[in-house]
Amino acid sequence: MSKSLVDELFEDVHVRHGLEACINCGMCTSVCPAALVYDYDPRVLVNLVEKRDEQTIEELLKSDYIWYCGECMSCTTRCPRNNSPGEIVIALRHLSQRKGLFIHSARGRQQYAVLKTVGGSILGKGYCVYFDDLTLERFPEQGPTWDWVRKNRHQILNKVGAAYKEVKAGPMRKIAESDLAELKKIFDVTGGSELYEIIEEKSREVMKKEGKDEESYFNEVYESPVK
Amino acid sequence: MSIFFEKYSKYIPDDHFWFARSCIRQNFFPGAEQRFLKIMREKLKKDVYDSPHHTTCTGIGYHTDIVHFETIMTVIARQFALMTEDGYENIAISCVTSFGIYQDVLEKWEVEPDLLEKARRYLKEATGREFKLPKAAVHTSDIIFKFRHEIASQLKYPLINKLTGEPLRVVDHVGCHYAKMFPSKGIGGAEYPYVLAGLVEAWGGESIDYPERRHCCGFGFRNYIVKADRGYSLTHSRIKFESMYPFKPDLILTNCPGCNMFMDRWQYVIAETEGKTYGDTPGYGIPVLTFEELTALVLGYDPWEIGLQMHQVPVEPLLRKMGIDFDPAGRYYGPDGTFLGKPEKPSFLKIE
Repeated sequence: MSKSLVDELFEDVHVRHGLEACINCGMCTSVCPAALVYDYDPRVLVNLVEKRDEQTIEELLKSDYIWYCGECMSCTTRCPRNNSPGEIVIALRHLSQRKGLFIHSARGRQQYAVLKTVGGSILGKGYCVYFDDLTLERFPEQGPTWDWVRKNRHQILNKVGAAYKEVKAGPMRKIAESDLAELKKIFDVTGGSELYEIIEEKSREVMKKEGKDEESYFNEVYESPVK
Repeated sequence: MSIFFEKYSKYIPDDHFWFARSCIRQNFFPGAEQRFLKIMREKLKKDVYDSPHHTTCTGIGYHTDIVHFETIMTVIARQFALMTEDGYENIAISCVTSFGIYQDVLEKWEVEPDLLEKARRYLKEATGREFKLPKAAVHTSDIIFKFRHEIASQLKYPLINKLTGEPLRVVDHVGCHYAKMFPSKGIGGAEYPYVLAGLVEAWGGESIDYPERRHCCGFGFRNYIVKADRGYSLTHSRIKFESMYPFKPDLILTNCPGCNMFMDRWQYVIAETEGKTYGDTPGYGIPVLTFEELTALVLGYDPWEIGLQMHQVPVEPLLRKMGIDFDPAGRYYGPDGTFLGKPEKPSFLKIE
């Protein structure tokens, strides 16, 4: 018999470490940057999790509600009972993805864009972000000086001592294939590759159902504002 | 009082560090990491090993939730294995997100030894490597803090406004993951941030408090990575600028590379969209420097070799206040003397 969502959630290392006993003081909400800009309240989130109700947890995992938090962990500092709503959010998001429930919410679907950008960079280049991918098209706020740096990259990066795309020690170096292979093997052994595959596979199901190709789906989840 | 503040200090080794680079710092401020190594080796005569084999810790993937704990703890275990093989016991971490993750992983391993054993098994199976736990895991800003008085003894340009003779007014922004998760691991904890203020005071400047000093810069991980949600990031940086502006700062000082980039770039966006700037001269922003960049400046390194031409908000007003002898045109030349042209001028934010 498969485990309940509640059981899986409460077995997660983040819930084991992040949830003691909430006293509903709301201190987490008072300092939460996400609560300042979204209709989001980490105190309510913790209350819902503490109900340990299967239907409630399933609704949460399918909702936008678990995707607002910025994981700054300001809540962790202030909680007088050593809870960490931010850690609970990490567990909820992981479970939502592992069970394929993230595709039921617009913000959950954005994980496809995260996978294609950060996820691809981690295993493809060995960096979470890399210079070559930081285009003005994707990051217009980087501004004209960044554009100038990109156009004159070899001169400027050389001047400041970077090892841009070289296989040697130094900033912006090319990570050796043997090191990338070890990183990939760690993902395979620890379930990291499987998580990538689930996000990819479930997103493709949505694309197929909605008759979208990869590019249009990426652009939609990456750029379209979610109300 | 000294007993009260004991919990806000920490052990920082004196020498022999294994350097863990930061994805964001390398790619946006590569000169900052290189100046850190130069300062450590040339000015402080310390041993820092720069490994060619470590990878990202996957931290941004972890906090955007596409990488789970068991994966990231094993990547961290691999960094420790490389450090062990290289003969080092002290890891010097350049990134604040990574710093928080290292503390998180070490704490969870301590509380749950089974997790540590699992990490050892995973790493052995994936790579054949084994590791020892570090004696110390410190942020690079901790190290500069520890040696701030030695650096003060070599100062070329103290943090004094040469035009007025007054101390420069510096606001700091300490990255959230430096001390908010584990206050005992940060100088001054989360409540009394001192890791940057200590540098400012030691080098002649004035550390200025402001109401939103502890507010997040607004990275918000997925909130920035997904273009549709980036307004979250802008909003929170703006809250900080509005809060510090009345105190007329000469400089924003950071220890987190992401925060540094956001507070530099969002000033440009606010200037272009609202026609609003926060510097003491109309049209100019507040220069934003990482702690390595400031350390290099006060020690007399060339601003363009530090990489300050990569900032969107011009640093020249600060350089002039500090009385730094620099070539204003040097920012536009490559290392071989080639003129690189100039960046397009923003419509509102002034650049030189």
